Amino acid sequence: MLISGRPIGVTGAFESTAALALEPFAPAAVARHVEAGGEEPRVGWETALVAGLLGGSFLASRLSGGRAPRGNPIRWRRRFGSRRAPRLAVAFLGGAVLMYGARAAGGCTSGHGISGTMQLAASSLLFVPIIFAAGAVTSRALYGRSP
Amino acid sequence: MKRDGVGKLALGFATGLAFGWLLERSRACRHEAMAGQLRGDDSRVARLMITASAVGSVATLALHQAGRVELSPKPLRLGGVVGGGLLFGAGMSLLGHCPGTSLAAVGEGNVDAFFGVLGMLAGAGAFVVTHDRIEPLLRRGDFGAPTLPELTHAPAWPFTSLLAAAAVGSTRLERAAPPMPEVS
Repeated sequence: MLISGRPIGVTGAFESTAALALEPFAPAAVARHVEAGGEEPRVGWETALVAGLLGGSFLASRLSGGRAPRGNPIRWRRRFGSRRAPRLAVAFLGGAVLMYGARAAGGCTSGHGISGTMQLAASSLLFVPIIFAAGAVTSRALYGRSP
Repeated sequence: MKRDGVGKLALGFATGLAFGWLLERSRACRHEAMAGQLRGDDSRVARLMITASAVGSVATLALHQAGRVELSPKPLRLGGVVGGGLLFGAGMSLLGHCPGTSLAAVGEGNVDAFFGVLGMLAGAGAFVVTHDRIEPLLRRGDFGAPTLPELTHAPAWPFTSLLAAAAVGSTRLERAAPPMPEVS
């Protein structure tokens, strides 16, 4: 934020990219979305940030030899086993729910959680406890009592 | 197609590179980090967030007081922030990553996170299509875009100091609860 003069945020790019992708098929819906105050269809600063994030992580993992673990995460495996399809379906669903919520709230862990809280924004200081509380309740339901 | 200027895009890309590097090296992008955070036995995500926020807050406060940087707090609309926050937290738990760490995990070659990112694109599409219908709901309880100091009519430095103290205090968390191993 200090370098760019703009707060860092990851999910805004998803909204503008989705608007860009939907524009040829549903121009009226995209127009109503922009009218309602949404991100317009464009390739912006945040889109480049997302591309850089992928690249930065790729370079870091290549240079350090650290690779992502394969198969289901250990916590998931203990509770639901090793089948990949259910895990990948839930990952997709989680991503969709998370992004819908992020755009409704106007930010995510970086936009609200870091850029927002560092400015002491009231909205962000409210958002952070809510997401961790909702996440803790969901994780408890998902993984049960054992840690 | 609308797009920002090349300089701005390059700056975004460079910032992203640094951010992605940091998330990968901190291992905050591993499923265990977020899943463990939400079950209360891993504190990497909270420590990373609070440290970044505290350092940023001190710098922002200093630059803001020197008139060098404008604040841009996000709007406090209770419908959007509370409703969206609940969905966000639940989705973050199901996926086991937040948006930034998902992308960093994809950079590492994580297949689960790749499916999560596809879901995110679908979720963003669903938001675009339904946005105008839910906007009145999001605007419930609109308080403008205040910062906590503005809301409480207090100076900013006590809050920033509190953040900094919490960041220092959070370094003790790791000794109290070392992270769970990633493989068993």
